[in-house]
This record gives sequence, structure tokens and C-alpha cells, in this order.
Amino acid sequence: MIVGYFMSLTLADVKRIAYLARIEVSETEAEDYLRQLSGIFELVEQMQAVDTTGIEPMAHAQDVVLRLRPDSVSETDRRGDYQAVAPQTEAGLYLVPKVIE
Amino acid sequence: MLNATLKELSAQLAAKNISSVELTGEYLARIERLNPSLNAFVALDREKSLAQAKSADALIAAGKSSLLTGIPFAQKDIFCAHGWPTTCGSKMLANFVAPYDAHVIEQFNRAGAVNLGKTNMDEFAMGSSNETSYFGKVKNPWNTDAVPGGSSGGSAAAVAARLAPAATGTDTGGSIRQPAALCGISGIKPTYGTVSRYGMIAFASSLDQGGPMAKSAEDCALMLNVMTGFDPRDSTSLEREKEDYTRDLEKPLVGLRIGLPKEYFAAGLSADVAQAVEAALAEYRKLGAVTVDISLPNSQLAIPVYYVLAPAEASSNLARYDGVRYGYRAPEYGDLADMYGKTRAQGFGAEVKRRIMIGTYVLSAGYYDAYYLKAQKLRRLIAQDFSAAFQQCDVIMGPTAPTTAFNLGEKSDDPVSMYLSDIYTIAVNLAGLPGMSIPCGFGSTKLPVGLQIVGDYFAEAKMLNVAHQYQKATDWHLRQPL
Repeated sequence: MIVGYFMSLTLADVKRIAYLARIEVSETEAEDYLRQLSGIFELVEQMQAVDTTGIEPMAHAQDVVLRLRPDSVSETDRRGDYQAVAPQTEAGLYLVPKVIE
Repeated sequence: MLNATLKELSAQLAAKNISSVELTGEYLARIERLNPSLNAFVALDREKSLAQAKSADALIAAGKSSLLTGIPFAQKDIFCAHGWPTTCGSKMLANFVAPYDAHVIEQFNRAGAVNLGKTNMDEFAMGSSNETSYFGKVKNPWNTDAVPGGSSGGSAAAVAARLAPAATGTDTGGSIRQPAALCGISGIKPTYGTVSRYGMIAFASSLDQGGPMAKSAEDCALMLNVMTGFDPRDSTSLEREKEDYTRDLEKPLVGLRIGLPKEYFAAGLSADVAQAVEAALAEYRKLGAVTVDISLPNSQLAIPVYYVLAPAEASSNLARYDGVRYGYRAPEYGDLADMYGKTRAQGFGAEVKRRIMIGTYVLSAGYYDAYYLKAQKLRRLIAQDFSAAFQQCDVIMGPTAPTTAFNLGEKSDDPVSMYLSDIYTIAVNLAGLPGMSIPCGFGSTKLPVGLQIVGDYFAEAKMLNVAHQYQKATDWHLRQPL
């Protein structure tokens, strides 16, 4: 019944995924994730048993075409309001650690 | 008054038998008394609610009110409401105060309704038990050892315990219908694209849809009248004529064809739920409906497909939480990458991180075709099953959830078993169809059972008619726990 595309995750895979997702994980957490994600992927694996040749992928429920709007300014300037909820700002700019030395 | 319908409340307000300030104050007092044991609300703001109530009273006095004017509604904490904390149940947004209103909130405000408070929910709407909230578990008002369902568990518990006349919810894989079922209330997830997602914090954008959670189908219809409508700020909002969802409520059900998918009555369905659903179907036959056996052959694929598509979309949507523009930032970090990694590790809970990781994996180079694209193809097969079924019937019925409310902690360490509690609701989101749950009895442990009603695209008025006629003939929706 279960056709194996999924070869089972390794601890190295989990660490790579965590890195791509920008989520810091400890060694113990990585082992927990390995166990849990493997269980979920076993469930997901049932998909591979069905032949989908010639089926169009469905991205959205209603096959709508994205609307276009006139290329004009529609938003008012609310920088102050939006930056009020930011962790760190200065002179209207968002502050982050230095990226380029 | 606690069991009053929205129409009755509206009439009381119009007749000035009660003011909105009094009504809102009474609910706030009830919340103050009962919420500590239920944890259904995460944010209350007496001053703001009463100020809105005062404006509503002025509108009523000036003869400028509409049906929902002055009625207090609980809002799921996924909807941005200007000046209100909007946390989505997450530490990541624990300090976030929304600088703008969601479309749904705007619509309620425009109707003169009162925001009674923000309801608890599973973190980022990811969960089926309301146990993943950073602000603690919500308890089921029928039995505080049991879960209320999720992710709209706070809204469901609030309405069931009569802490609010009605509430809003959102449904990505069953998050309105499953908690409605587990708490014994009515809730409807409309056709995808009917309610604007603007200002509704995104989980899986191609599946997320807001909707009402209330004591009755009639109340749901009245709320839907306010919540729906085209909104250019949501790129998937559908440009349709405004509908009156109450228009068919009183139609008789003679000749209604109810499809019963054999897959929804198979192994895995607990006997007490099956019994309550069978009894509801018997009631429908008494009302003149006929039942037709149908099949949704790809049903078993819904959960695997969902757990590829929803996490994939979530991993993209939740990439925005990086500690730069809003929300949580780790207190200590080295360089920028370290700041991202620590912020996201500390700001997100376990279930959210699991789903981000699944999504990241299925979208990563080399796996996209095998998982994401494959799931999108299967999604079409699932949708086609429903189109074929609706050639034979007008609505589809079955259980909303396979069991009544399970106990707190029972499934929280086993994600896969938790995911299976949405087995009957998920396919509806994948197809983008409208789905509803109404109470239809109690199980062996005296907990409510929900009947799911699924309609064809844009068949909300018919579904509400089907639900309303049942509620006129039965009184399950009037039962209350406290």
C-alpha cells in the first residue's frame, strides 16, 4: 500500500530544515522533531499510492484570476503607527544587528 | 436573556427595554465571573467595549441602527482590531496591538456592533484542542476536563457558556466546525473567498476562511450578512452580489436530498456520535427529506494532502515573524541570523514550529514535486469527488468530528492522533466548499455531538435553511452547560 518515496528523515535533515526555517534547535529538540516529523511524513506518504498523471494541480478553490489595480498610491503614510509596534527603531528606521562589517 | 436570539436582542434594544451599555455590561460581568475557569477570553477592554456600546445607543436613539447595532460580539484573536491586542494565541504576538482593523472587524463596526473582547485560540490557528495557545488551554464548558476543540476554541466555549451572544471564528481545516461540535453550538465556514481575509492573521491562505459561531443557524445567517462582501484588499475575495443569507430560512425541506458519504460513517467513528447523527437524519426524514448513499472515494487522502499544503503555506506566511518589524524579538543575540533563529525558536510554540518545519521541507529543493505538487493534484481529485456527489444530492451530511470532546492532555503529545480529529472537516476546506456544524444530541459522556452539513459552492442560504428547519423541530441548540 505505502509506496516509498520518503526514505525516512535523518537527524542531519532535521537540522538542515531547522536552519532553512531559521529556527534554532538544540540537540534534544532535534531528536524530538525527528520522531514527530517522521510520524507525520508516514501519514503524508499515503499520497504516493495514488496515480495523478494528467491531473492539473489545484492552487485555489475557485480558479480565479488575480485582479490588477491601477498603479497609484492608495495607502496613507502611517509609518509612525506601524513602527510603534516594532522591537527597535531609530529615526524612522528598523534596527537590526550589523550585516556588513 | 442569555438564550435570546440576535433578533430578540435587537428588538429589545430597539424597544429600549435594555441599552447596549447595559447589555454589554451584563456580558462583561458574566465573563468576569466565569472566564477564570474557562479561559475563553484573552483580552478584555471594558472601557473600549462600553464606549462602543454608548455610540450604539446613540445610533439607536437617532433611529440609525441596523440589526446588529448594540449587540456585543466576541472576536477570535486572529482578527486585527485597531487598538486591541491581537496575539493569534502566540508569544510571538503577545505584545502586538493592531494598528488597523480587519475587514471583518470593520464590517461589525459599520453595523454598530460592540467588540466584547478577543477570544483564545490555538497558536496561529494550528490545533484541534485549543491546547497550543501561549495564553493557556481553554476548557470545555460542558466538562472542564475536556477540550473545547480548536482552533476557535475560545469562541466556541464563550458562546456555549453564554459569555457572548455570538462570536467569530476562522476555519482552515475545521477550526469553526469542530469546536462548534465539541461545545454544542452552531458555526458555518462559508465558501472560500466569501469573507475577506484582510487583517485576519494568515495560516494557510488558500484554505483560511472566517465565519460566524453562534447559538443557532438563524444567528449565523444574520452575522454572515454582515461579515461577507467583496474586499479588494484580499486578492482572493470574490466579486459577487451581496446576498441575504436569511432569505431561505423558512423554506420547507420536503424533497431535500441529503447525501450520506459512506466514508464518513466507516471505521473510526465512535458509536455514540453515529447514534446521534442517525437520530438527526431520522428527524430530517420526518421533515420530508430523503437520504441518498454517496461516496467521496478520495476522503482518506484529505489529511495527508492537508498536512502538506497547510504547513507549506504556513511556513511561507510565518516567515514574516523575524523580530524586525513587530512582535517578539529574542532579548539576547549575536548577528542577524542568530537573532532570527533565537527569536523564532523562543517566539513560536512546539506545534507551530513542527508545521513550519514540515512546510519548509516539502517546499525545499528536490521535494517540491513529490510533496507540494502531488498534494495539489490530489486536492483537485478531492474537490471533484464533491462535484460528482452534488449531482446526486442537495447537501451532504455526516458527523463533524469522530468523537465527542476528548480530555485535555489526551492527544497533546501525539500530533498524528490530534490531526485525525479533523478527518471529516478537512476535505471541505481543500475543496473550498461551505461547511457547517449544528448540535444534534449528546454522546455517552454527556458531551455534545455535532452534525456536519456541507453544501455546494455558494449554497450557504440553503444550508442555513436546512439547519434552521432542524432547529425549529428540535431543541439541542438551546441546551446550555452553565
